[in-house]
Amino acid sequence: MRNVTYGCIFLLFMPVGMASIDAHDFPDDDMQLRHQALIAELRCPQCLNTNLAGSDAMIARDLRREVRRLLLDGKSDEEVLSFMYDRYGDFVLYTPRIHIGTILLWFGPLLFFLAALAVFVGIIKNRRESTPKEVDREELAAILNAHAKELD
Amino acid sequence: MITNKSLIIPLVLFSSLAVLLWRSFSLEDPSLLPSQLLDKPFPEFNLEDLHSSTRIRNADDLLGDVSLVNVWATWCVNCLIEHPVLTRIAQGGVGIVGINYNDDLKKALVWLDQYGDPYTFHIRDNKGTLAIDLGVYGAPETFIVDESGTVRYRHIGVVTEEVWMEKLLPVINLLRGNSA
Repeated sequence: MRNVTYGCIFLLFMPVGMASIDAHDFPDDDMQLRHQALIAELRCPQCLNTNLAGSDAMIARDLRREVRRLLLDGKSDEEVLSFMYDRYGDFVLYTPRIHIGTILLWFGPLLFFLAALAVFVGIIKNRRESTPKEVDREELAAILNAHAKELD
Repeated sequence: MITNKSLIIPLVLFSSLAVLLWRSFSLEDPSLLPSQLLDKPFPEFNLEDLHSSTRIRNADDLLGDVSLVNVWATWCVNCLIEHPVLTRIAQGGVGIVGINYNDDLKKALVWLDQYGDPYTFHIRDNKGTLAIDLGVYGAPETFIVDESGTVRYRHIGVVTEEVWMEKLLPVINLLRGNSA
């Protein structure tokens, strides 16, 4: 396990041209390019933050082969990514999908900001309402008079 | 008017957020990935039995009882560490199905001869295709599959005596209790 990790770290510093270890045959250049793009876009599940293209871990080799098999089966790029997502989850995709967890993660702070803003506006409004309104001088005079009479 | 009650709301919000973040940032080990398979049926497969190339195993072989499915290989040093624990578990009456993962057939058979074979049977996954369907990315890994063939638990790494007592056994007891 540790050797694999060191291997992954080592590979990080290798020239990009050397990164792809196994040569695969593809019927056309287009598929070869798609394969390269996909294995660059998928994270190796074992190494912390290396893509499939740059890892020599056994699982990365198996998954590169699996990507190739899926492409030869005529699967679209999206189908390949979904295949990996269904098995390895969010971790495997460098571009995470939108679901309830990622929505909370990305838009949660915005929600908190809006909630704070609402509370702030509420407080300001309350202050305004509790400040004294225009004083009815006649009414005030009547009250004061009544009070003065009581005292007499 | 702001009442005393509403003053508590920010405190409650803050504490729940703090607990949430504390939990999500204190993973046991960042290399442990959650399983996509939990509460889903065990993936379909058609693979040779390790001991007999003519016997084809499939997901139906897992039905009937709660069992452990253990991914192992001779190149996996930690598999040897958990082997005595798995042997005791099997003696205790829990069936263990082996997935021999990306391994050499001869080496695997010698290994089992040497250290003993407590497994019910072994699936020979020498291309790692079943492992990929299970989301496995190393060995050892151990799954708990219930009697209807549904994946209920995944443990990544060595099954130690503690892992067995604290994590796996309670799940098995629960599943057996429910089915009884």
